[in-house]
Amino acid sequence: MTFNRMLSGDLPRNRILTALLIAIVAGLALAPFLFPGAKALNVAAKICIFIVLVASFDLLLGYTGIVSFAHTMFFGIGAYGVAIALTRLGPSWAAVGAGIAAALALSFGLSFLIGLFSLRVKAIFYAMITLAVASAFQTFASQLSEITGGEDGLNFKVPEMLTPGFSLAEQPFLGVSLDGKLISYYLLFAVTVALFLLMLRIVNSPFGRVLQAIRENDFRAEALGYRTVVYRTFSNVLSAGFATLAGALLALWLRYNGPDTSLSFEIMIDILLMVVIGGMGTMYGAVLGATLFIVAQNYLQDLMKFASDAAAGIPLLPDLVHPDRWLLWLGILFILSVYRFPTGIVGKLRARK
Amino acid sequence: MNVSAATAPDLDALPTVKLDRLPLLLVPALALVALPLIGSPSTWVTLTVAGLAMGMIIFIIASGLTLVFGLMDVLNFGHGVFITLGAYLAVSALGAMTGWTASESLFLNLLAVLPAMLLAMAVAGGVGFAFERVIIRPVYGQHLKQIMITMGGMIVGEELIKVIWGPQTIPLPLPAAFRGSLLLGEAAVEKYRLIAVVIGFCVFAAMFWALSRTKVGLLIRAGVQDREMVESLGYRIRKLFVGVFVAGSALAGLGGVMWGLYQQNVTPQMGAQVNVLIFIVIIIGGLGSVGGCFIGALLVGLLANYTGFLAPKVALFSNILLMVLILLWRPQGIYPVAKR
Repeated sequence: MTFNRMLSGDLPRNRILTALLIAIVAGLALAPFLFPGAKALNVAAKICIFIVLVASFDLLLGYTGIVSFAHTMFFGIGAYGVAIALTRLGPSWAAVGAGIAAALALSFGLSFLIGLFSLRVKAIFYAMITLAVASAFQTFASQLSEITGGEDGLNFKVPEMLTPGFSLAEQPFLGVSLDGKLISYYLLFAVTVALFLLMLRIVNSPFGRVLQAIRENDFRAEALGYRTVVYRTFSNVLSAGFATLAGALLALWLRYNGPDTSLSFEIMIDILLMVVIGGMGTMYGAVLGATLFIVAQNYLQDLMKFASDAAAGIPLLPDLVHPDRWLLWLGILFILSVYRFPTGIVGKLRARK
Repeated sequence: MNVSAATAPDLDALPTVKLDRLPLLLVPALALVALPLIGSPSTWVTLTVAGLAMGMIIFIIASGLTLVFGLMDVLNFGHGVFITLGAYLAVSALGAMTGWTASESLFLNLLAVLPAMLLAMAVAGGVGFAFERVIIRPVYGQHLKQIMITMGGMIVGEELIKVIWGPQTIPLPLPAAFRGSLLLGEAAVEKYRLIAVVIGFCVFAAMFWALSRTKVGLLIRAGVQDREMVESLGYRIRKLFVGVFVAGSALAGLGGVMWGLYQQNVTPQMGAQVNVLIFIVIIIGGLGSVGGCFIGALLVGLLANYTGFLAPKVALFSNILLMVLILLWRPQGIYPVAKR
């Protein structure tokens, strides 16, 4: 079966999960036609980018059992790579390529160094070191204001084909004008699908099995003759690479990059929440988690505003359901899911068969 | 830590651990190296006092965290919440006592600040007790879950603080008599920094005394060295741990009050920012070692102030640089704890 091969033999294995995934993929594929409007398209694009980012984090956290708080650093490197290259070299595809290549090289180097330096020791140690390195990198990026634009970030032009001014055909197709925004969305979507399938391939390869073995019992994996440090470092480097690509996609889509859009610690927390709520160590969890989280981020607030207005007059309650406090509720959901269903939505669905 | 065992009088007969003196020299060495680089002695005094004040506050916050880790292998990523909580409680408490904080009398100022600190410690300790029960207890021994769950506790805690006090930055002015500076010779030293150094030193002395001269302290030190041995002798290390966790949270609350007054404003994110700093400090000190944590905190505080004066751009990375250097010298931190 070609379909089975495309998914590397790792099928969703549950009817509801399959239905959900098909709905999400179809929704994303047809987003410009199904949900008109700039906001909806932005949400769809953000979901695509975060699917790649969250899946790459899942490769590290869910499959290898390493907690890193420096994942947004690599995301930021990718975004800054494209942003800086397009600012300096002008809007051409060559500049995009150069930016991505430079960003990938930097990410590989950095993740390799951090991995070698700290993956020999305990998970906790690595978590702390990455936290410190990531915060230093964020300061670094905002300090180098001549190159990175500092706190203001960089606004830049993308290759002409991707600009809203570019149009493929005079006539709108099914009520949607075929402009550069549409092309960039489909480029984004195609890259997302390709990268996701590639990651699915990686975790289902013999290499991926070793990573899972290390997650379950690193001592036993070592005893079986696998050099855990090498595998861990390699997994670290791989996931950093995918995060960098996700960052590059983000920069191309937004045509802007700054510390808050790609480097901030808030995004790190968001990714952690997405991975855990969706389901660690499943890859499909990344799709569900990212979709759920970003839809909630953009639309839950409207609902909460409604609830907050309805609860007006009651003490404390309006503040608890204030639209800006949506993270509170997702945080509670996160804690509950770590306790109650550590394998997330995907694990829960698969368990009931 | 092993210093104290050697000096306790009733333990003289026991074989003593040789005191590792080298790290103790690091702090004065750093201060001496900085003197010729800075040039002017009066500026040096100002910077040194500022660095010591910062170091003392960081130590107060970080000491509980390192002990909690040493005892039970629990690293609390949510420690920052207690810092923020302490600072916001100080805002509320001092805000309610504006009459006393605005007066010029040092006595009335202290009368306002002390209850604020005690309140912050009590509430942070109480919340710490609940935090241990609800968040940490179900995931003992599972590192991955621990990291994530305490991070989740941090998110929820921060959001709850926003619910109560609002998301904006709130100014926390120093009481009137704490403002301004004293002139020591030619060096201008801010009064509050001196007060912070004194309070920090008192906390360090009290903690040192409690750890080295009391039975509970002995048990805690023994627990850090070898938990199972202490348990097999019939002590409930769990209870000890809860006590240490509550005390650590209370100290973080106290540190939050002092940090808030040091920065003169409070934000909901301050805990997360300080968190990064204290992680660096406890890594430098050796996870689980209070003595190492003290030295690490002072080094970080001094270096931040010296480099802030000499090369402001470098100052942002001075902590990371220091951590890398220390780890290259001693990969387990200044005072490696025996069992790890």
